[in-house]
Amino acid sequence: MTTILSKEDFIIVKEQDVVPFRNKVKEAAVKIGMGILNQTKLITAASELVRNLLKYGGGGMVIIESVNNGRENGIRLIFADKGPGIADVSLAMKDGYSTGKSLGLGLPGTKRLVNEFDIQSTVGMGTTVTIIKWKNG
Amino acid sequence: MERIPILKMGDFLLVTIQVDLYDQLAENLETDLVNSVKKHNSKGVLIDISSVSIIDSFMGRILGNIGIMSRIMGAQSVIVGMQPAVAMTLVELGLTLTGVSTALNVEKGMELLRSKILLSEGQSDDYDNDTE
Ligand SMILES: Nc1ncnc2c1ncn2[C@@H]1O[C@H](COP(=O)(O)OP(=O)(O)O)[C@@H](O)[C@H]1O
Ligand SMILES: [Mg+2]
Repeated sequence: MTTILSKEDFIIVKEQDVVPFRNKVKEAAVKIGMGILNQTKLITAASELVRNLLKYGGGGMVIIESVNNGRENGIRLIFADKGPGIADVSLAMKDGYSTGKSLGLGLPGTKRLVNEFDIQSTVGMGTTVTIIKWKNG
Repeated sequence: MERIPILKMGDFLLVTIQVDLYDQLAENLETDLVNSVKKHNSKGVLIDISSVSIIDSFMGRILGNIGIMSRIMGAQSVIVGMQPAVAMTLVELGLTLTGVSTALNVEKGMELLRSKILLSEGQSDDYDNDTE
């Protein structure tokens, strides 16, 4: 069971929103006492996903939550956009696959950096990516 | 538009990134550095990233591009001071900064830069001899 300890919404519509958003994620991670390496992994993952949300999803919303699983605290981030969606999610999850002429490491790399990773996407409806990094995960 | 200052020190260009990077800022740095290398005919570029707390695939690729572009224009480049957490995160992300030389700090970076320049000058001399 994952319980939510605190929750905050963040609207992302332009690149200038990215740095303040990353700072919010850092704040939340520091608040639960997450160490520097896990913080760095979490913020890097967040940076990748927020770029996808802006670049491919045309902007959207991120929910930053402090959560607890009965053993430890963690940070859950939910990235939701109403963009074009992803036709083949398993292809998008492959290292090096990109429709944006970039490295194609955002989704698969993010999955490696966090403890829990979930992606839901419907063509024409949008994409939601949820990640959790546990404090000592 | 925000820009990262580039310092000219003799044949070298010195960049100290003191703010957190974002895409546009990193792209501007790449353009500005390429232009500066060309303008000053610089032999070396040293980039200090000790204050940078996160590098993701986009910014990482730009750091790699700076290395490649510098070399094409005849300059060597070294990145110094990458935080251990940043280095470990890049590996897990899957980004190998191949072709980018790194050093622990500015002093070590300068040494490396000088030896790289010596080496490349040796090579280009040979090349000149062959073609003359
Ligand atoms: N939020 C999104 N909406 C629509 N498509 C997306 C989204 N996120 C990722 N994608 C698709 O998945 C591909 C892989 O994404 P990613 O792994 O981050 O690599 P890159 O951003 O370098 O292309 C993208 O090129 C894009 O086609
Ligand atoms: Mg991406």
